Amino acid sequence: MTELEQLVRSAEQEVSRVMEICNACRYCETYCAVFPAMTRRLAFDDTDAHFLANLCHNCGACLHACQYAPPHEFAVNVPRAMASVRRNTYANYAWPAIFSALYRRNGVALAVATAAGIALFLMLAIALRGPLWIAQPGGNFYAVFPHNTMVAMFGLAFAFAVVGLAIGSARFWRGQSPGAITGAAAAEASRNVLALTYLGGGHGDGCNEQDDRFTLVRRRFHHLTFYGFVLCFASTTVATLYHYAFGWAAPYGLLSAPVVLGTIGGLGLLVGPAGLFWLNVKRHPLQGDPAQKPMDRAFIALLLGTSLSGLGLLALRATPAMATLLALHLGCVMAFFVTMPYSKFAHAVYRTAALLKWAVERRQPNRLRLSSD
Amino acid sequence: MLDVLVIGGGNAALCAALMAREAGASVMLMEASPREWRGGNSQHTRNLRCMHDAPQDVLVDAYPEEEFWQDLLKVTGGNTSESLARLTIRASSTCRPWMRKHGVRFQPSLAGTLHLSRTNAFFMGGGKALVNAYYRSADNLGVQVHYDSPVHALELRDGRFVAASCGNKRIEARSCVLAAGGFESNLEWLRQAWGQNARGEWPADNFLIRGTRFNQGVLLKQMMDEGADIIGDPSQSHCVAIDARAPRYDGGIVTRVDGVSLGVMLNADARRFYDEGEDFWPKRYAIWGRLVAEQRDQIGYCIIDSKAIGRFMPPVFPATTAHSLPELARKLELDESTFVRTLDDFNNACRVGTFDHTVLDDCHTEGLTPAKTHWARPIDAPPFYAYALRPGITFTYLGLKTNEQAAVHFGGVASDNLFVAGEMMAGNVLGKGYTAGVGMSIGTAFGRVAGTEAARAAMRGKGQ
Repeated sequence: MTELEQLVRSAEQEVSRVMEICNACRYCETYCAVFPAMTRRLAFDDTDAHFLANLCHNCGACLHACQYAPPHEFAVNVPRAMASVRRNTYANYAWPAIFSALYRRNGVALAVATAAGIALFLMLAIALRGPLWIAQPGGNFYAVFPHNTMVAMFGLAFAFAVVGLAIGSARFWRGQSPGAITGAAAAEASRNVLALTYLGGGHGDGCNEQDDRFTLVRRRFHHLTFYGFVLCFASTTVATLYHYAFGWAAPYGLLSAPVVLGTIGGLGLLVGPAGLFWLNVKRHPLQGDPAQKPMDRAFIALLLGTSLSGLGLLALRATPAMATLLALHLGCVMAFFVTMPYSKFAHAVYRTAALLKWAVERRQPNRLRLSSD
Repeated sequence: MLDVLVIGGGNAALCAALMAREAGASVMLMEASPREWRGGNSQHTRNLRCMHDAPQDVLVDAYPEEEFWQDLLKVTGGNTSESLARLTIRASSTCRPWMRKHGVRFQPSLAGTLHLSRTNAFFMGGGKALVNAYYRSADNLGVQVHYDSPVHALELRDGRFVAASCGNKRIEARSCVLAAGGFESNLEWLRQAWGQNARGEWPADNFLIRGTRFNQGVLLKQMMDEGADIIGDPSQSHCVAIDARAPRYDGGIVTRVDGVSLGVMLNADARRFYDEGEDFWPKRYAIWGRLVAEQRDQIGYCIIDSKAIGRFMPPVFPATTAHSLPELARKLELDESTFVRTLDDFNNACRVGTFDHTVLDDCHTEGLTPAKTHWARPIDAPPFYAYALRPGITFTYLGLKTNEQAAVHFGGVASDNLFVAGEMMAGNVLGKGYTAGVGMSIGTAFGRVAGTEAARAAMRGKGQ
């Protein structure tokens, strides 16, 4: 195939081409769920491509194992083909559709969102309170931004993101519904999401980063990121509960549940994304879609910005830097929330949906009887 | 001086290098190909035929030594050495923990290969993943690996290895393992080996090579010239019918077309030439290469109808499709009237009972030559599909005669520091025929023996 033909083909067509080669080979069948899902099909239309692409965890094992990988003329590169389609999934299913354009230059989009978020909160702080550089006795955030203002702003932003992602994932599901969701399928999918089963490489040795060596570092960094994020979210939730249910106003003590959860989560959200960034830079050049590095790295940077500013805020909340750090932190969090349906964050939703689809599908009888037995 | 020089870079070479290194020898491995093409034909393999007396991780039931031996006896028609075959079989029952130690991972038999779940342990990710694991392990253990390093000549003295030449380098070593594959990539040699047929054609000109382009047989030829003992018929090779659109080299497994037993096979004259339903496909696929090679233009056409779709492993290239048989004949550029007559004759001769592709069913032809003895159903349900097939060479049988120590022999005398493993000696065990995974069993068994013996020979050399 000439380079031009390759350029003209859509990402979905490339997945179809590659999967037809893989389906005749199947050597990679136990690396992950993509290949068993492939063997239940003979042809791969666009919805198949989107399903399989999001089932792919980009572990990279099948690239190094592939007898048809470049420089072979078949030029099979499953991780890259899948990555390219994933971005189309995020864009095609984005709601409202007009924002799908944000995936075209996602690095820029996230940078602008972050800058705008920070600017907004800096201006708000100045407007509401005057000078930024004044010590706040007891580190009281609400003296800078009233509690109700923050709840209203973030509640709205978060609700918007949730609605956007819910609509996107519902449309993704309907694209090719595998059948009714059973309890067993839901439990299996949850386990695969929470344990990142498919970053284990099928043998438990892990996935490929710089070369064909297997390593578990990506799963570990991703766990730190994911569970760090969950703890930070839990910290905010507990704090909200304290405020409304018990009437306990922030700031909370260093050993209080919100601060402990936020600190541990923040550290996870610092180390995890830093590690993922390092792996992203070091990745083998044939792995993944190079065009998506800005999207990946912007998202990682935003996570890092959130955790760094959050931890900085905790450390310096009794100093005159508090208001500035608070504005920085809230700006990052706001940017994170509003871009959730239009950033790399979307991978979490579609990956989960694909894993659930697969857990349902693999419990259905296989309609093919491909017998060379 | 270097202890052990291993020439070759596939499974057998790597097994030899790892064993020699583990025995304490300094080891250099010379792979002819660039790094990205390393591993010879091993990169296209997928499993290891394993003896086992009880269920074993990925292997079900038992596959005792005697049954394995009988299988080998059957496929080779007795063209084997019992002692070397039994060495291979026994080694296959104990080598997997060692393979795992060096990073090889196993998986149960793949979808569509359940007939192998008892006898064959599949490599997770296939042979290239296995080769990658061995190279990583070799690297960790300090084996010096050189790519782009085809050895073009050996320097021998009185049946002993002295040095090897690669480019303008001369590499001396105390002992040497030859594991550089057969000669199937050497098109000129294949051409001569197959010769010219009665039609004046050179059949090998239309052959495709399923594996590596680097098995040029350079050292095999030199060893023949040096008077090493040879085994195997040079005109014989493992030859299957593969998609005619496959690349000249390295098409590997995906180019096979498994639909033959579900339809009919025609030649360039649009006539049938062999019983497509003689036996299960895994037992018959290896005869079709030679059958097609004997036809005019060395081409065959597998014709099926829509009833067959979804019943065989999907081929890598799309079929030629048509809504009528005459249209299919035109698309294939076959004589339309002969084509239609052949299919009409076949369709009328079909005696359809209860079709079942999983057993030798009772659907057969009556009064047709050649008959189709099973799975014969009229080809009458459009759309119709056709795949053009050509002979695809997997490996050649010609090799160096060897013994339980994997030693190269000169005039019946074993060399005390030159050893051989893999395809270069597989003909000792597998003089003809093939059964899935046995090539890797031979390569692993003799690679490990050759590595051990080469290390021992090097230690002896040091002592002197």
